[in-house]
Amino acid sequence: MNQNNNQIIRFEEITKVYHLGKDIDIPVLRGVSCEIKKGEHVAIMGPSGSGKTTMLNIIGCLDKISSGKYFFEGKDISSFDDDALSEIRSKKIGFIFQSYNLIPQLTVLENIEMPLFYQQVDEAKTREKAIKLAHMVGLEDRIKHRPSELSGGQQQRVAIARALMNDPVLILADEPTGNLDSVSGKEIMNLLCGLNEKGTTLIVVTHDANIAKYAGRVLKMLDGRIANEN
Amino acid sequence: MKINLIHLIRIVRHGWKNIWLHKLRSFLTVLGIVFGVASVIAMLAIGEGASYEARKMIESLGSNNIIIRSVKLPSDAKTQQASTLGVYGLTDRDFRKLETIPSVVKIIPAWEMEEDVWCYGKTISARIIGTLPEYKDVMNLSIKTGRYFDEVELQKSEPVAIIGSTVRTSLFPVEDPIGKTIKIKSSYFKVIGIAGEKVFAGASESFMAEDANIAVYIPLTTTRLFFGEYEVKRGPGGVSSWERNWVQYHRFILQVAETDKILTTASLISDVLSQTHKKQDYQIIVPLELLRQAEKTKRIFNIVLGSIAAISLIVGGIGIMNIMLAIVTERTREIGIRRAVGAKKRDIINQFLTESVILSASGGIIGVLLGILIPRIVTKFAGMMTLITPWSVLLSFTISVAVGITFGIYPARKAADLDPIQALRYE
Ligand SMILES: Nc1ncnc2c1ncn2[C@@H]1O[C@H](COP(=O)(O)OP(=O)(O)O)[C@@H](O)[C@H]1O
Ligand SMILES: [Mg+2]
Repeated sequence: MNQNNNQIIRFEEITKVYHLGKDIDIPVLRGVSCEIKKGEHVAIMGPSGSGKTTMLNIIGCLDKISSGKYFFEGKDISSFDDDALSEIRSKKIGFIFQSYNLIPQLTVLENIEMPLFYQQVDEAKTREKAIKLAHMVGLEDRIKHRPSELSGGQQQRVAIARALMNDPVLILADEPTGNLDSVSGKEIMNLLCGLNEKGTTLIVVTHDANIAKYAGRVLKMLDGRIANEN
Repeated sequence: MKINLIHLIRIVRHGWKNIWLHKLRSFLTVLGIVFGVASVIAMLAIGEGASYEARKMIESLGSNNIIIRSVKLPSDAKTQQASTLGVYGLTDRDFRKLETIPSVVKIIPAWEMEEDVWCYGKTISARIIGTLPEYKDVMNLSIKTGRYFDEVELQKSEPVAIIGSTVRTSLFPVEDPIGKTIKIKSSYFKVIGIAGEKVFAGASESFMAEDANIAVYIPLTTTRLFFGEYEVKRGPGGVSSWERNWVQYHRFILQVAETDKILTTASLISDVLSQTHKKQDYQIIVPLELLRQAEKTKRIFNIVLGSIAAISLIVGGIGIMNIMLAIVTERTREIGIRRAVGAKKRDIINQFLTESVILSASGGIIGVLLGILIPRIVTKFAGMMTLITPWSVLLSFTISVAVGITFGIYPARKAADLDPIQALRYE
């Protein structure tokens, strides 16, 4: 097997089965194999329930696989324990969700700062960086606000700033524009594509063909499998 | 995982913010701990104060002493006609017999009466105590000014007196009493000393010791000379209702050679006295035994108190656990988010455990303040002595923190063990 070192992700026959009750098994991924290179922008498309989110969560080390092999930056992490996976999320990955997932009782700035809290980075440095990122996403005048005081597009920009806090090599976005109007959606995609151009690998789940157009490559999922690659 | 101090401070600050966000809920949650801690400190302070008073009092009787008191039996009072002569109590014969007990080093007898003391038109009702010079040492009396009477004055039946501090302030508010003359019944005495003030009062009087502050000490021989061996108790009516008793001694204080022999000596005394006294018109008091009893009572008190405290703290802890479980559910999504950005299980545990410890420790601090306040109020309004020991404060605060850890660990574990995916999906 060719362990190409410009490859960030490799899936080998990955399956994911949910067990409901004693003998009800729900297969969600039924043997997915694929590779994603460093710096790529990949869109994952497919109908609802086809396993896109599950696949993204597995890529993001949030979910565990049932069988198969997962190589992240050339390392087989299929059998990593919870702490080791947390470490990868903490150092390498930035998540962006459809529903923003900001913590309501924290301010915008505190939300952005959160990833570095768990790396125990110095408070002043963290703050400085968070303010810089708030600037970058155009929310420097909103840092003291609560998420509920922002529009959807603004909240998603906060989420992007948060995802960038740990200088991730990989950004995973699950329908990032799903709750937004087309103008805000465009802004968000421009931000994400800008990051991708600077070298960050970007994987975006969407069922909007317009969003998928931004990607260099589209993986089409159907019923827990990658249907075709183009 | 190593946690450095700076990071710990940040965790605590974050936790505090979350708790402060729900002030009322947090306050209600910690009430159980507040009352638990406050009651431990307050009740220990009250118990400690009471036993301190009792101990001081008993110790002032001398732990190597045995005290025998004459007791007027109530049945006597009924059968006895007014103005007839009653006889009770300790006698010279008892004195001579008790002297023969080998372990008894010395017997100091005392004769007493309640009488008005006069000086230049001022008066106070005091306890007149006729005794020996050694009484002062045996009873740990201190002399503030002047001196106690001596052997010579005893031999010569000199009319000299040592007055207690209350007697002094009533009769001699400004002038120096030393050398002045006071009048008791129709006799005159020269004041030669003032006894130092004794701080414990109140409860001590129910015990056997006199209130030294309102006592007048004179040589035993002098009382014999002036007042004989009669005790006159004034009834509510005229002279006909007065009650006269013939009492040779009101008290014997027996010094025992060794502490080990106190109990055997006490039973010997009991044997000796029961031979000659048909009725038990005396009471044997063993201060050492009282001391032991007081300590035993205190131990039982502490056990009862400890159980009550333990129950209230457990209830308080359950309250905290209950609210922490609710908080974990309420913030399920937050937990998912934190896990997604890289929080380890340990981080989640730390976060929620910190919050529950902050809750219980705040309850502990409020409880400590309340627990320090309550005894002061009790002292002020009920006049009881209270004593707050540092260890009771330290112990109850430590327990409150321990309660936070104990009852916070389960909710925190539960939070950490949530599946991040499920948590993120939680609505
Ligand atoms: N915890 C779970 N238990 C059971 N089934 C699940 C669970 N999570 C997801 N699924 C199922 O897995 C399938 C794929 O889900 P998902 O990956 O969210 O699809 P998509 O994101 O493409 O809409 C769905 O049919 C869903 O019902
Ligand atoms: Mg989905």
